[in-house]
Amino acid sequence: MNSISTPTTLRARRTALSPLARFWARFAESRLALIGLALCCIVLLLAIFAPYIAPQNPYDPRALNILDGRLPPGSASMEGRIYWLGTDTQGRDILSAILYGLRISLGVGVLSTIFALAIGTALGLLAAYFGGRVDSIVMRAVDIQLGFPSILVALILLSALGKGVDKIIVALVIVQWAYYARAVRGTALVERQKGYMEAARCLALPHRDIVLAHLLPNCMPPLIVVVTVQVAHAIALEATLSFLGVGLPISEPSLGLLIANGFQFMLSGKYWVSLFPGLALLVIIVAINLVGDQIRDVVNPRLQH
Amino acid sequence: MRRSLQSALALFIVSLIVFVGVYGIGNPVELLVSPDATPEEVRRITGVLGLDRPMWEQYGLFIIGALHGDLGNSFVYNQPAISLIIERLPATFELAFSAMFVAILVGIPLGLWAGLRPNSLAGRSIMAGSILGFSLPTFWVGLVLIMIFAVQLGWLPATGRGHTVGVFGIRLSVLTLDGLAHIALPALNLALFKMALVIRLTRAGVREIMQMDYVKFARAQGLTEHRVIWVHVMKNILIPVVTVLGLELGSIIAYSAVTESIFAWPGMGKLVIDAINILDRPIIVAYLMVVVLMFIVINLIVDVLYTVIDPRVRLTPAAA
Repeated sequence: MNSISTPTTLRARRTALSPLARFWARFAESRLALIGLALCCIVLLLAIFAPYIAPQNPYDPRALNILDGRLPPGSASMEGRIYWLGTDTQGRDILSAILYGLRISLGVGVLSTIFALAIGTALGLLAAYFGGRVDSIVMRAVDIQLGFPSILVALILLSALGKGVDKIIVALVIVQWAYYARAVRGTALVERQKGYMEAARCLALPHRDIVLAHLLPNCMPPLIVVVTVQVAHAIALEATLSFLGVGLPISEPSLGLLIANGFQFMLSGKYWVSLFPGLALLVIIVAINLVGDQIRDVVNPRLQH
Repeated sequence: MRRSLQSALALFIVSLIVFVGVYGIGNPVELLVSPDATPEEVRRITGVLGLDRPMWEQYGLFIIGALHGDLGNSFVYNQPAISLIIERLPATFELAFSAMFVAILVGIPLGLWAGLRPNSLAGRSIMAGSILGFSLPTFWVGLVLIMIFAVQLGWLPATGRGHTVGVFGIRLSVLTLDGLAHIALPALNLALFKMALVIRLTRAGVREIMQMDYVKFARAQGLTEHRVIWVHVMKNILIPVVTVLGLELGSIIAYSAVTESIFAWPGMGKLVIDAINILDRPIIVAYLMVVVLMFIVINLIVDVLYTVIDPRVRLTPAAA
């Protein structure tokens, strides 16, 4: 996976490579996408190891010193440690708060995507495989869902469900499942016309085996694109809702909540409390989109040369 | 006809979900009375607000009221929720239409440039910028705009509507200089995402149309490049761009809730976000019903327009 060669030699070797290696070779043709992928990996590692990397535990009251409150970036603390990104009112190190916030933002984004992927894929496969009434019911639900903007659907759900990690995940899953269902159904309708599906049906395999072992694997590639776009979308939507105060409770300080916290200080020129969590959010979303863009180009058969 | 029945059904389902859901969370009475209120007072207020009745009865009263155009009184303002929403509707519409105007005004020239010179540095920068426009979370862009233009440079105000002028009883900001200064940042903020969309649509349209025979014929006639682009190409890209933007009007109104909250723009989006935080149930329900109804109407109009346009759509492949 990590062999570094020039694109031309890879292109020459491509026919001899396994599908995965071929995919990687085409993906690595874009330097921007590689940078995006590297950023994604770094952010993921930072989030996982946040408690070991962060200079302080921002949610342990004993670690905070109120005298260090509202220091601009680069200031030294009372103990001589440097706050690279400044502190908030309670003397909380912004860098540490961002690292802990990443865990929550990424966790919510990834979990909701996994659930939405599972539900959307299952419904999309059923719709395409069985057709008829199943298809029209599922697709009508998809149409209604996609007819409304995601923020409106999320607002309806959250005003009904209230705040909480579980509730925002439920809301994000309901917002997202339709995209997967539509994508899977589209691919599956094409795939079910192909020879191998006919062969599987002729062998009188059970529906479950045909769908899971034959249809599903062949519908996966276009889904990867939808997944990357939707993870970024989910993270941004969670941040927006939390910023508005209708998403996560204060006990779960995601990046969106950190930004909301700093908003009140912004008008007095204390930009760092909001700006840096926002930049972190921006880096994550742009990095995921760069990766997603390149995967779309690689997976799209019309662009293959 | 079938479509309008479906729409009515959708509206009914949304009302049920919203009502049951919204009425399931918290007890607004606890938030409304002072902490040292006696249990007797709490009971009295619960009775006044009708919260002591079973949920199905509350819903029944709500539906009967809704059919009479009455969506209940706000717990906090003690005024009809629907009139509170309608009072703030012009501010939201003003913001939404200004944002759309900005998106078109900036997006079409940029998209045209990127489409005519797709490989130039400017063309590629415009496209990269439009990807950024899609990625940036609206609320964070709003914060950065406030930080730069209101706090650091001090050029534009960050909150409120400024001076308004009454036109047919509706107060508008765009007609005064002060109002224009107030609407500039929120409109730009709300426009950003749609601007990226307009750039992409225009660019795709230009690249396609430049290959068409009628452009070749126009050139063969000896028309200037200027006239070819501004008359022949523009006329044909405006149709899809305006259609898509019309469809996006609803989503601009929905997303204006975010922009209004940041810039303290007194529209209905800010009203509902505040209402969610203080559990003012009738406002939440009324807002969602109004916006969903607006959506259903927009979708219905688009559907009707498509069936009108349909014959031409079907003729195109035969002509080509």
